Amino acid sequence: MSPTITTSSEANGNVSAATARAAASAAASAEAAGPQPVTMAKALNTALADAMSADSSVLVFGEDVGMLGGVFRITDGLTAMFGEQRCFDTPLAESGIVGMAVGMAINGMRPVIEMQFDAFAYPAFEQIVSHVAKMHNRTKGAVKLPLVIRIPYGGGIGGVEHHCDSSESYYAHTAGLKVYTPATVADGYRMLREAIDSDDPVVFMEPKKMYWTKDSVDLSELRRLHEDSRAEGTTAGLGTEGRAAVARPGTDATLIAYGPSVPTALAAAEAAALEGRSLEVIDVRTIVPFDDATVCESVRKTGRAVVIAEAHGFASVSSEIVARVQERCFHYLAAPIRRVTGFDVPYPAPKLEKYYLPGVDRILDAVDDLQWEN
Amino acid sequence: MTISADHTAPDTTSSAAPGNALTEAVKKFGITVEDYMLPARHQIQMVDPDGRLIPEGEQGTQPGHEYPVPGDKELLAAYEQLVVGRRVNDQNSALVRQGRMAVYPSSHGQEACQVAAALCLSEGDWMFPTYRDAVAVMTRGVDPVQVMTIFRGDWHGGYDPLKYKVGIQCTPLTTQLLHAVGVAHAAKLRGEDTVVLAMCGDGATSEGDFHEALNFAAVFHLPVIFFVQNNKYAISVPLAHQSVAPSLAHKAVGYGMAGERVDGNDVVALLAVLDRAVKLAREGSGPLLVEANTYRMQAHTNADDDTRYRESAEVAEWRAKDPVNRMRTYLTGRGLLDDDGEARIRDHAEAVAAQLREGLGEDVPVDPQELFRHVFAARTPQLKEQSAMLADELARDAAATDSKEAGK
Ligand SMILES: Cc1ncc(C[n+]2csc(CCOP(=O)(O)OP(=O)(O)O)c2C)c(N)n1
Ligand SMILES: [Mg+2]
Repeated sequence: MSPTITTSSEANGNVSAATARAAASAAASAEAAGPQPVTMAKALNTALADAMSADSSVLVFGEDVGMLGGVFRITDGLTAMFGEQRCFDTPLAESGIVGMAVGMAINGMRPVIEMQFDAFAYPAFEQIVSHVAKMHNRTKGAVKLPLVIRIPYGGGIGGVEHHCDSSESYYAHTAGLKVYTPATVADGYRMLREAIDSDDPVVFMEPKKMYWTKDSVDLSELRRLHEDSRAEGTTAGLGTEGRAAVARPGTDATLIAYGPSVPTALAAAEAAALEGRSLEVIDVRTIVPFDDATVCESVRKTGRAVVIAEAHGFASVSSEIVARVQERCFHYLAAPIRRVTGFDVPYPAPKLEKYYLPGVDRILDAVDDLQWEN
Repeated sequence: MTISADHTAPDTTSSAAPGNALTEAVKKFGITVEDYMLPARHQIQMVDPDGRLIPEGEQGTQPGHEYPVPGDKELLAAYEQLVVGRRVNDQNSALVRQGRMAVYPSSHGQEACQVAAALCLSEGDWMFPTYRDAVAVMTRGVDPVQVMTIFRGDWHGGYDPLKYKVGIQCTPLTTQLLHAVGVAHAAKLRGEDTVVLAMCGDGATSEGDFHEALNFAAVFHLPVIFFVQNNKYAISVPLAHQSVAPSLAHKAVGYGMAGERVDGNDVVALLAVLDRAVKLAREGSGPLLVEANTYRMQAHTNADDDTRYRESAEVAEWRAKDPVNRMRTYLTGRGLLDDDGEARIRDHAEAVAAQLREGLGEDVPVDPQELFRHVFAARTPQLKEQSAMLADELARDAAATDSKEAGK
């Protein structure tokens, strides 16, 4: 038995600044100072390690997450660092993983569980929809489920069938779930830490094609900022939940994207700039809760918008965004809002995915269609 | 057939090391692992349907499957709860007929299982019940009116699971078994000796989560008792359509845990088997599976018509095995129960029934704003917007009603 494991109610909220900093400095000792090229995978892995140092009720489990460190290596080294009781492999059973996490969260833990791939989370759908999303509500807040379900999602890696789904709409549609999806390396760290600290269940969608994306990031600075805000019991000023980011400022039209579509949108904006068009790119960051204010402020300013997502367009997050913007910004719009999404076909085989995925050209075509005067 | 050597060989690679602990549990009984895991050849029964204690020599038990008769105090307490449970079942069915409750899946006929499931646990233990287990939840100490709130229809649950250490009365079949596994796992990691009792029906054993829960509990070597009330039907579908296993208790061996089947209308046997299961689990045996052989005396719920799928002769046959009458005869015969005792217990049951009539008789006004209050820890901007919209709608309705009244 590990006497070092405590309940989250004990650990949460009374982590002293000193404890948090001690944990942070332990983890940081291996890192070089200042901004460094860091992959999304490394940022997520560091966030997990830091969260486990900061709070002994944080547990990591799933398929191959122990000795192997996960098929994408996001949990690399956690078993060695924190022991088999805090990062471990389960039998192959996704409903079992989520259901057991529910019970652990009921009994004071903060489980962070990994679904190996997007489509392999489907066996757990009943647990997610019928319990993860509803427990807080049906018990009138008596039972909180502070758990995080990490799901690598999306395509662009030449994956075979069942390895490239964009399943965010299922979760976003389910009342009671929060849905986060980072699109930058720094947000990978920030948002995962925030998800783990949240008292609400979070479905954490990781754009798998971005695991190896590198940004110049100062992880120890991100850690310090997070631990400070944690010790103060607030993420005010730092929080990403419900706060979209302006990934690139612009004036002529707004590209609204999230997760894996953000880099594509940025590339499109770059290309448009060469043609003299200034596109603003909004990174939604948390699909639930959705930041209407930031998105609408941008659209009211530019008067034109394109929503970009890899998922099928029909009955999706992208259709939701169009509906929301239209309801709130109708009189500011110079043209109907356009969408660039995956076609309404099952995710295609590797050799066909380039025709399916929203790309720069398709985005620029949609921008061209926004009824420009000249 | 022998159990693979892996189960008995010391396991040095896994921290859970179920092999070791299981061997310890087996040693207590001086039998093989196989004999430990397999249920006894006959169901465990201690008091027959006529209320006679079956003499030890005639019980047909095998080494490792002998159970001592529980103490007098425990038996009397169980009888009292049986009478209360029966009264509650019948009171609730009446409340449904009167329209005071939306629905009630009665455990009439299964009260012995309900009572034993609650009484075998200690205060720090947990129970994970189904929709049919209201009497077990009550017996565990939850306020009866709070238990029935879910069936009254003003909210999806009426009690605080953390306060009573009782999970929500779960409807999606066997999903709660995994929650039980998680609660036990968390407790084990913190070094607590919590035992968790996880309940489901016979039909539910076909669900995937049943399999996943038993396997997880066994692999992580957790103190979970899976308690299956085999009442012979899943709504209309008889057990033969769910499983052709020798018994549901036999499923245990496939997961590497011990199984036992017990007469589910014999509260003496139920207490004996469950008490021992709790003790073993607390001492580190890992999970156990107990199948109670009982019968659903009434339709699935008030909305169901059981004459469409079963013969009344079959029901009559089980009426003769009634758990409440059986226990009354047994205790009276042993001189533990007399008319005064019986009268006192009846009064208690009537008081609980009156509490239910009163608690469920009044219409508690619902607060529409409650809709938005518990979705997340804090309201999102979207929920604030929607809650304001509903408030405005209701205010306009109220104003319209007021002006109509004024115009009269
Ligand atoms: C996942 C799921 N599928 C179907 C149902 C509908 N349903 C409710 S009770 C029931 C029968 C369950 O039978 P059993 O497990 O034997 O329990 P009993 O009702 O006899 O106590 C069914 C099919 C459900 N609640 N959950
Ligand atoms: Mg049944």
